[in-house]
Amino acid sequence: MSKLLVSTTVNGDPQQFLCDPDTTLLDALREEMGLTGSKEGCGSGDCGACTVVLDGEMVCSCLVLAPEAEGRQIATIEGVAEGSQLHPVQRKFLEHGALQCGFCTPGFIMASKALLDRNPNPSESEVRYWLAGNLCRCTGYDKIVRAVMDAAAELRQDRRTAA
Amino acid sequence: MPSPAYHAPDTIEQAVALLAGDAGARPLSGGTDLIVQMRSGRTAPSSLVDLKRIAGMKGIRASPDGGFAIGAATPCTALKDDKALSAAWPGVVEAANLIGSVQVRNRATMAGNLCNASPAADSVPALVAAGATCLVAGPSGTREVPVEEIPAAPGRTSLQPGEFVAEIRLPAQKGSDAYLRSIPRTEMDIAVVGAGVSLVVDANGTCTAARVSIGAVAPTVLLVEDAGAALVGSKFDDAALDRMAEAVRAACKPIADKRGTVEYRTAMAGVLAKRVVKIALERAGVSA
Ligand SMILES: Cc1cc2nc3c(=O)[nH]c(=O)nc-3n(C[C@H](O)[C@H](O)[C@H](O)COP(=O)(O)OP(=O)(O)OC[C@H]3O[C@@H](n4cnc5c(N)ncnc54)[C@H](O)[C@@H]3O)c2cc1C
Ligand code: FES
Ligand code: FES
Repeated sequence: MSKLLVSTTVNGDPQQFLCDPDTTLLDALREEMGLTGSKEGCGSGDCGACTVVLDGEMVCSCLVLAPEAEGRQIATIEGVAEGSQLHPVQRKFLEHGALQCGFCTPGFIMASKALLDRNPNPSESEVRYWLAGNLCRCTGYDKIVRAVMDAAAELRQDRRTAA
Repeated sequence: MPSPAYHAPDTIEQAVALLAGDAGARPLSGGTDLIVQMRSGRTAPSSLVDLKRIAGMKGIRASPDGGFAIGAATPCTALKDDKALSAAWPGVVEAANLIGSVQVRNRATMAGNLCNASPAADSVPALVAAGATCLVAGPSGTREVPVEEIPAAPGRTSLQPGEFVAEIRLPAQKGSDAYLRSIPRTEMDIAVVGAGVSLVVDANGTCTAARVSIGAVAPTVLLVEDAGAALVGSKFDDAALDRMAEAVRAACKPIADKRGTVEYRTAMAGVLAKRVVKIALERAGVSA
């Protein structure tokens, strides 16, 4: 079977790559585009380490076929910081020590940012339910939840100052 | 293993032709079952027919008769965002939104949940209780089939070669509905037992129609007609609820596994069926 040419937009930049039809989007990002921030934990949709945002909705990139990305918009962890300026979610993960080995962190940041983009004032239990698809072997989750709550508070503050 | 071909047709007719032209072709909706099964080697389709680019396949339309037509490739989260659908069929919308995580629900569809034909599929008992039907497209045109007739056995459907589900149709809501499942964890697990109900109650509080369904306790999701019949004509007194639960237990033919024994699953099916009736009654504004 011949390779498919896929044209897509990743973090705002047009991207083209060749792939087998059953390549996952995760493998295409990591191997064809050199974007290795998204991790493969399970390859079966259970761990969330591969979370990216596809046309505005967060998905497990291990459960998306690369050809499905034709003409679509993809946002990955590589596009979250603006230059050297970390996104508040990233900064709060560092400040709260919400990571240890860091393997799950890109997925958690993508999911947390997706939540705060639509709801800047989540309750703790909303945060916990939203992040149920992201697994972490190391942190015990409390620090992650605190980092997200704190990032939410800062984002609300920023909005008030901007208004 | 050769890589399957990938097709993203624009029309139902093209999709039917692709499916009919290759016995090893499989429809692809959200891929949350299919891609996992391909990666684990449980299935090796020779081609994939992605349904998501077909016009009208994603989205929810209110029907003139008060019902809803849900495009087969509509992800579960989009159901929750539809206020009219959520108000009319909260049980169906909640059931679909018990599936996996937000990431999974942003892709997973009810049609995929149905056609994967797992006895434990969460959205299916709710659809069966609701009296939902499928618009099936195939080489000889379209036909409308009750949801409960689609699964034939675990992992097998009654769809014929070249056929796929194009739309799920919900009738106009005349009462209320609910779905509950029992799982060992709070999130992200397969149902040990599921139960769905849809009820119509008249102004005196008497049940005029009832459909009760159960999941994960037989090779396919079941509509338990005797259980619904036990409620009709009653005011949901304890005797009627007990008869309903007894009919549910009698319909169970569960397996035993690490999630639950046959006895536990059977007993729990009766318990959950009573609970969903109470939730549906509260939703109908009747205190049980
Ligand atoms: C991490 C994780 C957690 C999960 N948790 C749950 C859960 O809690 N409850 C639950 O019920 N399920 C769960 N699932 C299973 C899965 O997400 C659901 O069954 C989902 O609804 C499948 O829909 P899909 O659109 O992704 O199907 P797909 O994977 O696209 O398709 C599934 C099957 O149906 C066929 N198919 C798809 N669309 C059609 C169509 N329109 N017509 C005919 N055939 C079609 C495909 O060929 C395939 O055989 C989980 C999956 C994952 C990965
Ligand atoms: S690698 Fe995709 S969810 Fe685990
Ligand atoms: S920090 Fe190690 S898996 Fe989460």
